[in-house]
Amino acid sequence: MSYPLDTNEKFAAYAHPERLVSTEWLAAQLADGALEGGKLAVVESDEDVLLYETGHIPGAVKIDWHTDLNDEVARDYVDGPAFAKLLASKGISRDTTVVIYGDKSNWWAAYALWVFTLFGHEDVRLLDGGRDKWIAEGRELTTDVPTPIEGDYPVVERNDAPIRAFKDDVLAHLGKPLIDVRSADEYTGKRTHMPAYPEEGALRGGHIPTAASIPWARAAAEDGTYKSREELENLYLGEAGLNAGDEVVAYCRIGERSSHTWFALKYLLGFDNVRNYDGSWTEWGNAVRVPIVKGEERGTWPLS
Amino acid sequence: MTTNTTIPAPLGEIIDEFQALEERERLQLLLEFAQSLPELPERYQDHPERLEQVVECQSPVFITIETEPAADAASQVVRLFLTAPKEAPTTRGFASILFEGLDGLSAREILAVPDDIAHELGLDRAVSPLRLRGMTAMLVRIKRKVAGECHLGQTA
Repeated sequence: MSYPLDTNEKFAAYAHPERLVSTEWLAAQLADGALEGGKLAVVESDEDVLLYETGHIPGAVKIDWHTDLNDEVARDYVDGPAFAKLLASKGISRDTTVVIYGDKSNWWAAYALWVFTLFGHEDVRLLDGGRDKWIAEGRELTTDVPTPIEGDYPVVERNDAPIRAFKDDVLAHLGKPLIDVRSADEYTGKRTHMPAYPEEGALRGGHIPTAASIPWARAAAEDGTYKSREELENLYLGEAGLNAGDEVVAYCRIGERSSHTWFALKYLLGFDNVRNYDGSWTEWGNAVRVPIVKGEERGTWPLS
Repeated sequence: MTTNTTIPAPLGEIIDEFQALEERERLQLLLEFAQSLPELPERYQDHPERLEQVVECQSPVFITIETEPAADAASQVVRLFLTAPKEAPTTRGFASILFEGLDGLSAREILAVPDDIAHELGLDRAVSPLRLRGMTAMLVRIKRKVAGECHLGQTA
């Protein structure tokens, strides 16, 4: 990682402090003119497709999880050529340090960061606390959309295997730890789909056998920043029962909230082998003959 | 379910306005709609419990309606009251389109609006079909309330 790190004390306790930056750090870099020259880029990625247009961090470019990062036809992410074209158009080169932030405690920012990682973008960091914290601190916003100088981005084949789990991978993984980051009602199966939205939901409710229920938001503090290492350890090592070195799969409904948890497990607690199952419940809850457990108990594997 | 669907003129004009624009400009127009959604009148601002939440929307959206008496139930004029947070401009934009397109119409006209009207705006690519579901949910909620309060049987 070429660009200077944020060396604050909270981050130092994490396994990979180089993956987070604070709002103070970013504000200082911007004041120093860091965005000129293409070494650093700031990317906003929100749930709401128009939020960027209402005001964003000066110099930040917008990448939308849905319209930019998803393939229009297949349920998959864009391919190497499309990713290269997108990033170059945003002024990002392969060696650019990218800081991503967004709304909703960085759900979509974490998701975008995870997609950047599928393409092996080396230096990509999250702005701790995201958009809301930046605004809460009264920092500068602008509606000026930058016109970045075209970046130099090679066509890179996506390498999904290390951090992305498909349904068959999850079936093969059963017996090892899973983290379900959805709400309690989704976990128990009380809720299968949202009213008036049968098509977005699932035909079956419940969770993948043995998955621990740790709703994503429990990893976040009031201000949207990640909780301290100690608090995260209490949550995932204590309550969820993970052990150092475990292989873990995280999932939610479509993979966005679980990206937030994936980030915490991989970079803050240092689990090397964590995969995000982006098919998540919208796939599992509709798939034929996959095992499901209902209720509050995690269940066993094999099912008893 | 209503069988005869018709797009009322004010909503039709909004759809034409969107369709006449390039895809990128449609987002800008949606943002302008988001900015023009009127504030709730005080009687609702002070009594949020009188509004119903559209739970299908990921952002908190609240709606309610008032009706003005008419000779027959279906001719009652419907006034709409919608609110969505400033932090959710897309949702606000949808609410604002429905407000401008439907407020002041008769119950009959509102119930005749096709449920899948959101897809007529040409925003599927720029906004994504997933997000457009929020607008469909709002419309379905409005129609349900209109049918209920005007005693016109169930729709949707």
